[in-house]
Amino acid sequence: MSHRAAETEPLRISWRPPPKIRNPLLRWSLLVGCGLYIIYAIGDVHLNPERFIAGIPRVAEMLGVMLPPDFSRWDLLFSGLSESIQMAVISTAIGIVLGIPVAVGAAKNLVPAPIYYLFRGYIGLVRTLPEVLIAIFFVKAIGFGAFAGMLTLTVASTAFVGKLLAEEIEAIDPGQVEAIRATGAGWSKVLIYGIQPQVLPRSIGLSIYRWDINFRESVILGIVGAGGIGATLYNAFGRYEYDFGLAILLAMIAIVLIAEWGSGKIRRSIK
Amino acid sequence: MNPTSHVLGGPFGARKPVSRIKRLGGFTVKLLAVAIVVWSATGLDIHWPFILDAPRQVLDLGLRMLPPDISFVDDIVPPMLETINIATLGTVLAGALSVPVALMAAQNTTINQATLWAARVIVVSSRSVNELIWAIIFAEIFGPGPFAGVVAIAVSSVGFTSKLIAEGIEEIDSGQVEAVTATGAGQGKVLAYGIVPQIMPTVAGVLTFRWDINIRQSSVIGLVGAGGIGITLNSAMNLFNWDQVSVILLAILLAVLASDWVSNILRRQFI
Repeated sequence: MSHRAAETEPLRISWRPPPKIRNPLLRWSLLVGCGLYIIYAIGDVHLNPERFIAGIPRVAEMLGVMLPPDFSRWDLLFSGLSESIQMAVISTAIGIVLGIPVAVGAAKNLVPAPIYYLFRGYIGLVRTLPEVLIAIFFVKAIGFGAFAGMLTLTVASTAFVGKLLAEEIEAIDPGQVEAIRATGAGWSKVLIYGIQPQVLPRSIGLSIYRWDINFRESVILGIVGAGGIGATLYNAFGRYEYDFGLAILLAMIAIVLIAEWGSGKIRRSIK
Repeated sequence: MNPTSHVLGGPFGARKPVSRIKRLGGFTVKLLAVAIVVWSATGLDIHWPFILDAPRQVLDLGLRMLPPDISFVDDIVPPMLETINIATLGTVLAGALSVPVALMAAQNTTINQATLWAARVIVVSSRSVNELIWAIIFAEIFGPGPFAGVVAIAVSSVGFTSKLIAEGIEEIDSGQVEAVTATGAGQGKVLAYGIVPQIMPTVAGVLTFRWDINIRQSSVIGLVGAGGIGITLNSAMNLFNWDQVSVILLAILLAVLASDWVSNILRRQFI
């Protein structure tokens, strides 16, 4: 059948896939519009090849100073990193605890609409603002140091945990909740016996995941004075001590990798 | 009643029997977690006078920020556009870079173990180093300005986009690839007609998702001199023009919300 079709039809040398947007006018105007925008944007950010080429010898120069990484000031490195780790741990712990009520408030199937929108608004606001900007406020409010960074990460964690746990709560099996309610249990008992067992196992995985994010974030909060290794790193680059800067970066990557490996192991053992 | 509950130990014994070693292991993990949290709490150098002073500081800050300096709106339009341009160009550049990296990182398209590991190293280092740190590095290389910002956004996005695109490549239908190979097509044609059409929706979806994140990121990279609204924010804070800071924060908030909305609409087209 197909043989005959191939014989009768003229052999087409080239084949083109059909276009995604059928209307040619719309397709071309979109393409031209995107092209014009890109040209404008390139001009706006002064993206030109000369600047790129001028940067290449600077990369070589930088790498020359960077290598080998300088671990000689390991005590400074160690204290900065341990402060970052501590900030991440404590803010994750508090963030999870405070995130649970946020999640309950932001679950459509548990609370009345005004409370739902209030908590969703809080989550939306915190998740929209970059952490560094939140940190600026805490630094202004309580002064420089790890505590300001810890508060920043805690606030960010509550919104994160609240959002993800709320989605879990909204997706639970309503049968179990109805069964508990049928026994005459009040709202709090429904929460404890009908919802908590279905949702809580997820919070362990979530806390590990959030710790990972908090550690990565804690590394930069130091730039605005909120503690951790960030200030050390920023200063190292500012003083052209690239070899020390690279040592900090490598140590950070190592910690992230170890944490990723460890969290994978823990999560597999929970499942 | 559930008949198995009797087997598992009494009518109320819904718990599964757990071996003593496992229970001891679980207890040790919990104890370790508590110990880590306690150790972390010791790392926060809390200055109580500062914390007691915090409400007054927050009130002071609030009074300085309100009302926002509306006349400043005109001044932030160009840096806001620059922020959006940095995010868009950075995402486009990341897309161009991440297709080859993703092809190397996917088990079914990578050439050999060496390319697989090279791709993994790229993904891990891009993801573990925060975009603000990339911005510091590229501001040193290309000089302060939006150009460094574009490169920083691109480099910090490559890990994320490559990883997700590689996962998309690993899930492609191998039948289509085999069919194209069976026509006698070379490796380039297999890639162009067998693999790329299948991953295009993933690539488009991942890039729009990342663009939304990048709008958020590019609004802060100016804090370290890499262009965009962050530079305006930094100078407003250094001059204690808090009524201008509140205008900038509102602008960032609006831009992030708008980009979230646009990215959601676009992604619905691709999936």
